[in-house]
Amino acid sequence: MLETKGLCRSFGALEVARDIDFRLERGARHALIGPNGAGKTTFVNLLTGVLPPSRGKVLLEGEDVTTLAQAKRVKRGIARTFQINQLFRGLSVLENVCIAVSERLGVSGSMLRPAGKRADAIEEASRLIGMLRLHTDAGRRIVELPYGRQRLVEIAIALGLNPRVLLLDEPAAGIPSAESHILLDAIATLPKDIAVLIIEHDMDLVFRFAERITVLVSGAIFAQGTPAEIAANAEVRAVYLGNAA
Amino acid sequence: MDPVSILLGGLASGMVLFIVSVGLSVTMGLMGFVNLAHGGFAMLGGYAIVLAMRHWGIGFLPALALGFVAVAALSVVLERLLYARLYRASELDQVLFTIGLVFVMTATVTLGVGPETQVVQLPDWLRGQTDLGFIKYRTYSLALIASGTALVIALWLGFERTSFGARIRAAVDNRRMAQSLGVDVGRLFAVTFAIGSGLAAVGGGLGAEILGLDPNYPLRYLVYFLIVVSVGGLGRVTGVFYAALLIGVLDFVLKIYFPKGGTIFIYVLALLLLLWRPQGLFVKRAT
Amino acid sequence: MTAARQLAERHRFRWWELLPWIAGVAVFFAFPTYLSFGTQVLITILFALSLDLVLGYAGIVTLGHAAFFGAGAYTVGMLAQHLGWNEPLSGLLVAALVAGAIGLASGLVLLRTHGLTLLMLTLCTMTLLEQAANMGAAWTGGFDGMPGLSFTKILGLFSFDALYFRSQYLYVLAVLFICFVIVRMLIYSSFGQSLTGIRENLLRMHAVGAPVRARQVLAYTVSAALAGVAGALFTQANGYANLAVLGLERAAGVLIVLILGGYGRLYGAFVGAIAYMVLEHVLAKAYPTAWQLGLGLTLIAVALFARNGILGLGDALRRRFAESAR
Repeated sequence: MLETKGLCRSFGALEVARDIDFRLERGARHALIGPNGAGKTTFVNLLTGVLPPSRGKVLLEGEDVTTLAQAKRVKRGIARTFQINQLFRGLSVLENVCIAVSERLGVSGSMLRPAGKRADAIEEASRLIGMLRLHTDAGRRIVELPYGRQRLVEIAIALGLNPRVLLLDEPAAGIPSAESHILLDAIATLPKDIAVLIIEHDMDLVFRFAERITVLVSGAIFAQGTPAEIAANAEVRAVYLGNAA
Repeated sequence: MDPVSILLGGLASGMVLFIVSVGLSVTMGLMGFVNLAHGGFAMLGGYAIVLAMRHWGIGFLPALALGFVAVAALSVVLERLLYARLYRASELDQVLFTIGLVFVMTATVTLGVGPETQVVQLPDWLRGQTDLGFIKYRTYSLALIASGTALVIALWLGFERTSFGARIRAAVDNRRMAQSLGVDVGRLFAVTFAIGSGLAAVGGGLGAEILGLDPNYPLRYLVYFLIVVSVGGLGRVTGVFYAALLIGVLDFVLKIYFPKGGTIFIYVLALLLLLWRPQGLFVKRAT
Repeated sequence: MTAARQLAERHRFRWWELLPWIAGVAVFFAFPTYLSFGTQVLITILFALSLDLVLGYAGIVTLGHAAFFGAGAYTVGMLAQHLGWNEPLSGLLVAALVAGAIGLASGLVLLRTHGLTLLMLTLCTMTLLEQAANMGAAWTGGFDGMPGLSFTKILGLFSFDALYFRSQYLYVLAVLFICFVIVRMLIYSSFGQSLTGIRENLLRMHAVGAPVRARQVLAYTVSAALAGVAGALFTQANGYANLAVLGLERAAGVLIVLILGGYGRLYGAFVGAIAYMVLEHVLAKAYPTAWQLGLGLTLIAVALFARNGILGLGDALRRRFAESAR
């Protein structure tokens, strides 16, 4: 469903993405792992249009979206969360998710009808908030919430966009491990044909979630395969897992 | 007026703009801070220089040095006490703060000295005309041109050849990277801010004959300083030099031929230039 | 009340929202000799309200909003002076259209930039218009402006009263009310909600698929039209227009007024304009330089400690109260 062909990106002499050929299938439960600085977030930035590539293509359902702006890619069905929360800090949790849902429903350009009358948007936002166990904080402003809860709002926003491709950049970072199941439960409720790509360092989460794993090192794909294959791969262990596993 | 005279007059104006604005360009490039009060430091310097000459009988050059030191010192105090608290603040807060600071500076000068325009008593060796061979021109203007050129060369050498300059350039290009490489960014800011404000002070005094010196100075020239800095590029000394000369010459010429609102062309030009190259005209395309 | 209910009810009119308007009418009867001053305050409120739309809600920092105020002022002035078109209501409409058009054109062009460049370009655009007005002295009266303008009766019934400003005051109050209702509707609409999103986190708005630039340009255009109405009212009420309507002083002034009251809150413009102009009226006449010094110090303090203005301080106090009450 989401594909890259020969994707490259450099900053001067520094190559942060090297000839990446990547496929994310429909319904994929895919994890992207790699040492710090491997270029994982850069890759997501390239996929979502935050960063233009130096060379190569990004294809969504066969269509070339390489030159398409970020917002337009979101409209085509790619949603992401950020490694560091990007939320509307002065607004409440409900408002945060509501803005995303309204945008998706296409009503946020409306200048006449009060936003409060969009019962459908508010209801759906409430439902998403409930699913992520945030309902007690629905009315509180983001700045008042602990980081872990803010992280869940970040997820709720992405889910509110009803994406076909969901890219989660270290979603569990900052969430206490006791609560990380909330995250997995939320992903489990997603329709089966949505493609999900997770960047993570938490190997426990990765192996519970992923059906396929890609290892990125120094901007290039180092290894790809099922979790069992990756876990057994000696080179991967040496480069990365060897320290963490 | 013949073309050479006009050119020289414009270049002199441009040099004053450069001397005042170069500090703004570097500090804005370095700290990412919108300092609308920069013209205020130029004004304070000008007043300090004029008053020192008038009341203490100090000579012109020593007064310039005094102005530099006095304003640099003041700026360090303000920077450490006030500016530093707003480095991470929003652009709006920075705008508010610096506008407030300009009001304070303007009011202080009005209360302390008075609302009238101050006149600089140029020393004898700067008065009159100098014979360059092909033309006789005001010595003062020629001295301005020489000073500005000397300054840009000195600054360029300072930036390219000293380690201090290298640290500034690194921090302008990528603050966090510079920090992680061990550059003491806080001290770098303070020293650069001091030098930049000191230079503005000198520019205020040197250019008092051309730009005038009165309490409204900072707000009157704000747009010009900002244009010079934006068109020249933040943190680019040579870029600011060329931009200042360009604006100086244009302003001089337009005021002669279209005294009523002729400077509109400068604003149109600035608009077009910045839309074409938002980073500044003389900046190499960033990768 | 649940968060969802709160959100759904936010746009409902509260009873106290009638108070400013009752007060406005009360002033008409209680202070008949201050109506000229009162009219200026009302015009400033409208101007600040227009700025709030663009600064407080869309998050666009501009030092050049007087460009649109001036455009409206000069449009009405030139219509009256050169075309003999001095019917006030239609003049307002034309002024709104002209200012809005300038806002649209400049917004499309300027809003491709951001940060310092944008700030600088807003200042540049305004100064450009100021110089244009200076240059086109045949049309605009140049430096001296256009004094002694007169306008026909409002709705054919109420004539402008140069001495006591009676009809002006009520006229401006009525226009302000209509414009306020429009702004309020915009703020509480989904469009307004998305503007708040743009202000709070630009990157996030892109990442939810919002057409950010289009929204910003739209907000900028509407805001420019409203500022144009304020400028037009200025010329109609006072009977003159000059370069000061396009100057940095006016642009900085309205920014200060809005920040002091509290930006991003519908009533910040009201609080700020009233507080600032009353204080200025009392203090600045007597001690102009001390006023400037005090204003400067206040701005510094606000930037450091009270960035949300008077209403923000009120909010903070209320929250402190609510917490200690628990």
